[in-house]
Amino acid sequence: MKILVPLKRVPDPELKTKIKDGAIDLSGASWVVNPFDEYAVETALRLLENGDAGTREGGEVVVVTIGPSEAAQQVRSALAMGADRAIRVDAEDKAIDALTVVAVLQAIVAEEKPDLILMGKQAVDGDANQVGQMLAGKLGLPQATFAASIELAEDKASVLVGREVDAGVEYKRIPLPGLVTVDLRIVSPTAVKNHVTPDAFAYGDGPRYASLKGIMAAKKKPLADKTLADYGVTASPVIAEKGVELPPARPPGQKVDDIPTLVQKLVEEAKAL
Amino acid sequence: MAFHGLDYYGIDELLTEEERMIRDTVRDFVSSRVMPSIGKHFTAGTFPRELIPVIGEMGLLGSSLTGHGCAGTGPVAYGLICQELERGDSGLRSFASVQSSLVMYPIWAFGSDAQKDRYLPEMAAGRLIGCFGLTEPDFGSNPAGMLTTATRVDGGYRLNGTKRWITNGSIASVALVWAKLDGKVRGFLVPTTTPGFTARDIHGKWSLRASVTSELILEDCVVPEDAILPGVEGMRGPLSCLSQARFGICFGVVGAAMACYDEALSYAKDRVQFSRPIAGYQLVQRKLVDMVSEITKAQLLNLRLGRLKEAGTLRPPQVSLAKRNNVAMARDIARDARDILGANGVTDDYQCGRHMLNLESVYTYEGTHDVHTLVVGQDVTGLAAFDG
Ligand SMILES: Cc1cc2nc3c(=O)[nH]c(=O)nc-3n(C[C@H](O)[C@H](O)[C@H](O)COP(=O)(O)OP(=O)(O)OC[C@H]3O[C@@H](n4cnc5c(N)ncnc54)[C@H](O)[C@@H]3O)c2cc1C
Repeated sequence: MKILVPLKRVPDPELKTKIKDGAIDLSGASWVVNPFDEYAVETALRLLENGDAGTREGGEVVVVTIGPSEAAQQVRSALAMGADRAIRVDAEDKAIDALTVVAVLQAIVAEEKPDLILMGKQAVDGDANQVGQMLAGKLGLPQATFAASIELAEDKASVLVGREVDAGVEYKRIPLPGLVTVDLRIVSPTAVKNHVTPDAFAYGDGPRYASLKGIMAAKKKPLADKTLADYGVTASPVIAEKGVELPPARPPGQKVDDIPTLVQKLVEEAKAL
Repeated sequence: MAFHGLDYYGIDELLTEEERMIRDTVRDFVSSRVMPSIGKHFTAGTFPRELIPVIGEMGLLGSSLTGHGCAGTGPVAYGLICQELERGDSGLRSFASVQSSLVMYPIWAFGSDAQKDRYLPEMAAGRLIGCFGLTEPDFGSNPAGMLTTATRVDGGYRLNGTKRWITNGSIASVALVWAKLDGKVRGFLVPTTTPGFTARDIHGKWSLRASVTSELILEDCVVPEDAILPGVEGMRGPLSCLSQARFGICFGVVGAAMACYDEALSYAKDRVQFSRPIAGYQLVQRKLVDMVSEITKAQLLNLRLGRLKEAGTLRPPQVSLAKRNNVAMARDIARDARDILGANGVTDDYQCGRHMLNLESVYTYEGTHDVHTLVVGQDVTGLAAFDG
């Protein structure tokens, strides 16, 4: 079984965003794998391995990124977690929008013919939440988005995906090949079932830490450097960033002496009641 | 909260990509798994045992050894692992140092194949914990004077004596006990279930509270023939282990110092007294700048030390110089950080007080500050200022 996981580097979401000349200032930013993409890598590994025995027989996890040469570092961290090989398509972060990404991934899927495409539900930089859905549409593949759980059928011909919706959990079975985007809950201890790892086995919460051996092995795993032209794509973004500004500072809060004053203010000033 | 360390001189560029990845992975692990609970462990005086399986899975135990389930990283990567663990707590780093450098390393370097097969893979995975018994109640800086003895008996050895201040003592399954056999120091791998072996915890520590420290009592403790480490005789055995562990300490304390600096800097920028944040006052800036300066020097010292070790040309007195310099600088920084935090600095809501207390142990163990002064003193003058 072959799983393709596209991943994107994003500025460390834990750091404060700096804005300079109407754009986000990325000089000196520290970059990390988009957290949801990291969850997708973790999900792919869990789908293929015996988590209890710590072994994997067969299967392949291929990670793809579209980005500048420095993005190889984030790809390498996915290889260190256990992915088998990687493709990096060279492009400047600014030159690509969701449609360009979809065009490249479409060409890669045609070439790689994965059984499953697993991706983060969104990248936490632009939070667009589009690529997975558009890619499935273009490829004419079944899709299940926002997966909070996934179970690979014993015959490996379909996956059962749990999605958290307002009223509870909705289950969707989609045949493979197909596309699944994952949400945070997918990396909880028992969210991924594959009929290989014993059902009772519980993973640690969250994506795994790369082991030292994994990090050292990652150096030797294949990382193919490609260009947009290799996939017949020219970067012609249809979405342009016109400007960025911080939300206006909130006026300071007020302290009131008693509840009647609070109620009065809520009615008269805040018009909340 | 994310921790990004201090890198004032772009020293990261001098690391390999692999070294950086290893450092960052351990840093992440410490931020999300160690920081939330380590303060509580320190206050309660408990060791965070729940972390051992993950630490083992990540390969952080015996990481620089080759084969037998160990990762075989270079010395700089090993040092950076210590740095990041000690950014969390010196107790956690002590656990890893003892396991890796003081027990696994001598088994790897001086053990029989059977000993290596029996202990190293289990210890690397964190399923089997070891401790290192050298110090005795009456022999600290002068371990060569030890009173613990081994005598030959039918099919093995009988051990008698007391070891004190032994990290991991009561949680260990195997104790590497150094004892005199026919007047010569030898190492013995003693399963802690052996009759005649007792470990008693030392309570009431002000320091390394998130680490187990015990007394080991050996009373006619009989171990089989194959418990002795065959490959080494004399003080070279324990001293070579200590030199490995000390190398890790040189890096480790930089982690503690960076944690304190980080905390002091952000506190000073937030805390307003009189007209401005205290970071805006010259006296506070002087303290912060001294921290940046000393940490940067220690980082460069460490990196050079690591590259020498990689090349195989590192001499033990060079490690002594760095242990002496770096632990003292970390201790000073922890105290200054504590000062910058004012009253808050004396509570367990903040880290610097914990590091300040921990570093007192680090100043003393693995050769006290002054003993390392004498080691380097002898090296540069050719005259020993101590006997033995
Ligand atoms: C938390 C903790 C964990 C430890 N873990 C271990 C462990 O796992 N295994 C182990 O074997 N040991 C361990 N130790 C013991 C440690 O290595 C010893 O404490 C250390 O070697 C110092 O010995 P001492 O405490 O007996 O001090 P002493 O040797 O009595 O030293 C007291 C003072 O005298 C000074 N001094 C001694 N000799 C001289 C001299 N010739 N000239 C000038 N000054 C001198 C010292 O510098 C120091 O200031 C641990 C200690 C602590 C605190």
